[in-house]
Amino acid sequence: MKAQLRTRVTTGIGIFYLSSILFFLYAPILVMAAMSFNASEFYQLPFQFSTQWYERMWENEAILSAAWRSIWIAIVTTVFATALGTAASVALWRYDFPGKRILQVLLFPPIAIPWLITGTAMLIFFFGVGIGRGTPAVILGHVALALPYVIVVVTARLATFDRTLEEAARSLGARPWMVTRRVMLPWIAPGVIAGALFAFAVSFDQFVISYFLSEPGDSTLPVLIYTAIRKGFTPEINAISTIIIAVSMVVMLTAARFTKFGGEK
Amino acid sequence: MSGGINIARTDKLRAFALLSPAYLWLTLAVFLPLSAMAFFSFLTEVPFGDAEWSVTLTNYSAFFESSTFSRLLLKSVMLGVKVTALCVLIGFPCAWVLAKMIKGRAREALFLMVILPFWSNSLVRIFSWAIVLRGNGVLDKFVNAIWPWDVKVNLLFSEWAIVIGLVHSYLPYVILTSYLALQAIDDSLIEAARSLGAKWWTILWRIVLPLSAPGLLAGAVLVFVPVVGSFMEPRILGGRMGTYYGTLIEDQFVAVFNWPLGAALSFILLAVVLIILAVASPILKRAQT
Repeated sequence: MKAQLRTRVTTGIGIFYLSSILFFLYAPILVMAAMSFNASEFYQLPFQFSTQWYERMWENEAILSAAWRSIWIAIVTTVFATALGTAASVALWRYDFPGKRILQVLLFPPIAIPWLITGTAMLIFFFGVGIGRGTPAVILGHVALALPYVIVVVTARLATFDRTLEEAARSLGARPWMVTRRVMLPWIAPGVIAGALFAFAVSFDQFVISYFLSEPGDSTLPVLIYTAIRKGFTPEINAISTIIIAVSMVVMLTAARFTKFGGEK
Repeated sequence: MSGGINIARTDKLRAFALLSPAYLWLTLAVFLPLSAMAFFSFLTEVPFGDAEWSVTLTNYSAFFESSTFSRLLLKSVMLGVKVTALCVLIGFPCAWVLAKMIKGRAREALFLMVILPFWSNSLVRIFSWAIVLRGNGVLDKFVNAIWPWDVKVNLLFSEWAIVIGLVHSYLPYVILTSYLALQAIDDSLIEAARSLGAKWWTILWRIVLPLSAPGLLAGAVLVFVPVVGSFMEPRILGGRMGTYYGTLIEDQFVAVFNWPLGAALSFILLAVVLIILAVASPILKRAQT
């Protein structure tokens, strides 16, 4: 009886602790979202509901063009990173060859080295070889950052693939390409979709690399927000920031449905 | 026999065809730039156009001669230590609650909720703290509403603001890795210790911590490395207080345009990071399996 009560109390404390953490994680985001609906330009309370900042944002050419550029870059990045990443994952999974271990280790630098270092290195190199700054440079950088994520996610899915299925298809006379297209690809599809969503999120949220690689006046949304924050911002920035958070959370929740965190195993 | 060799060869060709696009891209966009940066750090001038340049060690000697640079690197490392320690102290118990106290579908949902902010835009999350922490802001109003005395809470542009923002950014990392490690610990092990009369701190110290150490340390490394290289967070939340090693490098590239010095400073940071990763890699490898 006493032990039961004690378990209850500790569970209660645990749930309270977890709730405090969730409060800490979400409160500032919710405050920011609420302030984007507040009429006062100087974030004054009491709160007065208004959608004027969203209307202003909608009329702000700089924000809109940066938003389109961000979406566009994220889509191109997703296409390249998913295609190249899936191909590489299949090869890493299917074949054994000398140097495979090194290739796997080489996936970590883009993730593990601080983006400040990678970003400034890219700036130097792209200038040196004549690519310079601008959208092509940004896409080059984003794909490189997204590739390892796609490979990790797709490889995790491939690990659950039963190789005997391939053998069965082959013994029934299917050509290698047929086996890949009709047996393996359908199986790894959820992993590929999740990888693509990860790639989209990596690109859409990327700030550091884009900051060093974009042409002034030709920036992505996060770069525009950073510049605005440093110049002194208005709640228009809250409005677009709220939309960004909403978009990336929806993308990641969708990705989670396709990985082991939820939905089918 | 020749058939077997042929198959092996086509396999090799296929593997090469599938792998080369991805790795060529990584080479062009990551590995060559990093090598170019190493080369640049030994030059006097950026070798573009008809600029005169020569090979030199001044960029590195500048780091060792001027105490400003090494002081800022130390300041950034200390920031990394503080943020990592806080993330571990706050995140590990949270992972414990998730892994061992909550069961079933609620656990999956709560776990996803903890991880979700991590996958949303980090710049925007730092910006949201600027709104919360500013003087006369939401936190100020909140504290004054529950505190009977009149106080001014203005944390923005202080080291505290930077630490809070960074902990907020990286806490989910530690929770994620600790959670995965704790989930792998068999509950019956803890039950056995408890039924043999072990107190909770003995269980923590002798069973839980040793078994989850790889995951916990992996999380710590994943926090420490980006924090040492952070520049956007100190800029936004630190204001004039926010001069760190990362902002020093940023300045060389976007304000002062001393690229060779910036390259040398970046390379020194890379060396620090690589040493940390090399020391931690046996532990990280254990965490993977």
